[in-house]
Amino acid sequence: MRCTDGRSDGRTVGQSRRMWASLGVVVGFLTLCPPDRLAGQTIAITGATIYPVSGPKIERGTVLVRDGRIVAVGADVAIPGDARRIDGGGKVVTPGFFHAQSALGLGVGRSLAEESDEEYTAIGGTTDGGQSGEINASFNVLAGVDPNGIAFPVARMGGITTAVVMPSGGLIAGQAIVLRLAGHSSGEMLVRSPVGMVVDLSDGSRSAGGGSRAGALARLRSVLQDAAELRRRPADWSQNRIQPLGAPARELEALYPVLDGSLPVYVQARRQSDIENAVQLAQEFRLRLIIRGGTEAWRVAGVLASARVPVVLDSRDNIPSFDGLQARSDNAALLREAGVTVILAGQDPGGQMNLRFEAGHAVRNGMQWEDALAAVTIAPAEAFGLGQEMGSLAPGKAADLVLWSGDPFEFSTGAELVLIRGQEVPLTSRMTELRERYRTLPPRY
Amino acid sequence: MTRRLFPGLLLLPLLGCASAAHSAQPSPSASAGGSQSWSRAQYPSTYQRRADAPVLIRNATIMTAAGPELSGASLLIQDGKIVAVGRDLAAPAGARVVDGTGKFVTPGLIDTHSHLGVYSAPGTFAEGDGNEATNPVTAQVWAEHSFWPQDPQIPLAIAGGVTIIQALPGSANLIGGRSATLRLVPSRTVQEMKLPGAPYGLKMACGENPKRVYQNRGPSTRMGNMAGYREAFIRAERYRERWDEWLANRRGTAPERDLQLETLAEVLRGRILVHNHCYRGDEMAQMLDLAREFGFTIRSFHHVVEGYKVADLLAREGTAASVWADWWGFKMESLDGVPENAALLQAAGARTIIHSDSPEGIQRLNQEAAKAMYAGNRAGIPVTREQAIRWITANPAWALGIDQTTGTLEPGKAADVVLWSGDPFSVYSRAEQVYNDGWLVFDRNDPTRQPRTDFHLGQTAPGVGR
Repeated sequence: MRCTDGRSDGRTVGQSRRMWASLGVVVGFLTLCPPDRLAGQTIAITGATIYPVSGPKIERGTVLVRDGRIVAVGADVAIPGDARRIDGGGKVVTPGFFHAQSALGLGVGRSLAEESDEEYTAIGGTTDGGQSGEINASFNVLAGVDPNGIAFPVARMGGITTAVVMPSGGLIAGQAIVLRLAGHSSGEMLVRSPVGMVVDLSDGSRSAGGGSRAGALARLRSVLQDAAELRRRPADWSQNRIQPLGAPARELEALYPVLDGSLPVYVQARRQSDIENAVQLAQEFRLRLIIRGGTEAWRVAGVLASARVPVVLDSRDNIPSFDGLQARSDNAALLREAGVTVILAGQDPGGQMNLRFEAGHAVRNGMQWEDALAAVTIAPAEAFGLGQEMGSLAPGKAADLVLWSGDPFEFSTGAELVLIRGQEVPLTSRMTELRERYRTLPPRY
Repeated sequence: MTRRLFPGLLLLPLLGCASAAHSAQPSPSASAGGSQSWSRAQYPSTYQRRADAPVLIRNATIMTAAGPELSGASLLIQDGKIVAVGRDLAAPAGARVVDGTGKFVTPGLIDTHSHLGVYSAPGTFAEGDGNEATNPVTAQVWAEHSFWPQDPQIPLAIAGGVTIIQALPGSANLIGGRSATLRLVPSRTVQEMKLPGAPYGLKMACGENPKRVYQNRGPSTRMGNMAGYREAFIRAERYRERWDEWLANRRGTAPERDLQLETLAEVLRGRILVHNHCYRGDEMAQMLDLAREFGFTIRSFHHVVEGYKVADLLAREGTAASVWADWWGFKMESLDGVPENAALLQAAGARTIIHSDSPEGIQRLNQEAAKAMYAGNRAGIPVTREQAIRWITANPAWALGIDQTTGTLEPGKAADVVLWSGDPFSVYSRAEQVYNDGWLVFDRNDPTRQPRTDFHLGQTAPGVGR
């Protein structure tokens, strides 16, 4: 089967969308082609309001994409004759959104990443996100990802082009990865693995510490010390001339990049003291730290800002629990005002497609609109070490972008065109097929 | 965010508030039997309206939920009632005049499906009072007897513009118990929150939850579920007959009270409204058959994730559909959720409601309605703003049997009113003022009108949470 470079004519978005829907078989052919061959088209979106994130808003601007990369963004961009032109008049272009905590592909259904009540994060009995032990540093979720997971197309319809896919369970749950939300196999979807070591220092970690938070923290510290010790004295270890280690060697070895500071620790911490403990531990071992949850982070905003620790939070987390009594709706705004890098990513019951409304909610509660946009694009990209590759519409970056019918944070708008590495992805899903089947009753089976 | 097990698991039986006038809850009339327990007031409402100044909201966009949206209009509230909606209204003496320029006014929001107070924050086991998961049929339990008025989630819901909720038992059981319809006003006791005159509801549940919870003792299948409902209502029919016969003749001793059957008999008499947690379309058809077999009606299905598959059936039967905007994919029976569900139900003529089943979602019912409306519109399914506002006001009022007194902004109705900073269907808008029965219970710009529960004192700062 010959590989095709995709469409390069002037077909409209609607036409091409219909084509995708009706020619599903083509997808199968295309996916046999190496990714770089897929990326061979030129697209110009013209006349749109463009939020590059890397620079100020551009009115009636053009985004030019070629070979899967952003080539130019501006008010005056020369458009090559072979470019497919898309009229963006009255519409909005942003970078594709980056969801910083998901279990996409690791379970059937919406596949949220929340660690508690795991049976409600996806269909019970279908999840591949967790290991039973407490120290699972060598566990990487990639092999468990189902690239055909039905939540991927749903997330794309919400303008999500990239997602962190993470393990759950245990004190050290294992290694998170980043996927782009298009591709025939998990290998093709993979952007980077690993991108973070997932750790829990919240309420849920108590059991790992023999029943207390302090115990969990002490255990984490001793595991890190053991990893450093093993690394220093591999010969002694192989000759049994070393104290017994707190975890199998393969788990400790998996922590070396964490000790190097090359792999961030992605720590769930909600209570102020847990956040402070995480920051202290990171300073002690010179770790790169990303806080997840961060319910009471606003109380230590200055600490987080000066330690340059990004916080991934749910802008709607405002219900008090004993894991975070000081929950408040303006957490994101307060952190941002203090100079903390805020990343918005929650556990929406509708799934990742609603990330844009989480951003809207943060704005509703005092965050600047542009900061909220950064919080779902460049901020997560940079936190997970991918800021050079994605997260803004700067020339040379991957052409992951969305054409919205209007303000992407509003309910009244929708994604009209989603490009992932310069390729238009179909804005259809199992949901749209169900809707069409039952649009008129009785249905036709 | 630890409440994920609610969707489906929790139903609280709430008491529909029985006012003193409606308090002889066991069906037998209060005149018979003298000192018998069944003839005494059954946990009556002690709700009292808080007096507040008259209010004139001027020059706002008013969404009455009873007609077209009115721009540049005014709303007058006095003595707990809506007096007038229109232009050129004069402020009575002593009235608080509110400039509504650029703002919107809607009825107070009503949630048909809440577990506030029975699954309270901070979410400890000690407060997990929503499921009496000890038997598949627990029609004898009442959600109000679990309800904790100091649940710190209550002020959050109030700040979201909610004035009335149905607090339900969870969905572990086939028949979970009675619900309560409550005004969201700070109170020491649940009795003070019970909406006078509101009928009780009965929580029933289909599908995965009961069969999972009782898999070792039964029911463990959907057919087992069905047999369980039928057995319960067969006993209820017999019980009702015995009582009705005795009440007619008053001969001999009154039959022995059975709390479980007493509630089910009231369902058969049509005095308690059935609220049925049910996801799958085919299962809703089964439940409608069950209701026909025993001669009761199902007032509202809840969750109804596959409502769009049987929207014509629900419209024909007159059973309301209380749905989420877009929850899906957390259990098999929710796999087929679509964001256009509410719009397709509305288009088919079914009475459509957006409910929360969530302490987070209840804070944003207006936004959930907006999401569902626009999802429909984007897919070419016409839903008007006038229809969508009814999803969270007039239609839930009907489902709770309280639409004669609230749910729309019409003269004579209770002054359950929300003033929004902007279009309630925008992500950026917030409730600025919430009037519950004419009382300004929440004002975003007035710290003295921002209720805090006992739980908040000494451990969360004022303003935290909203």
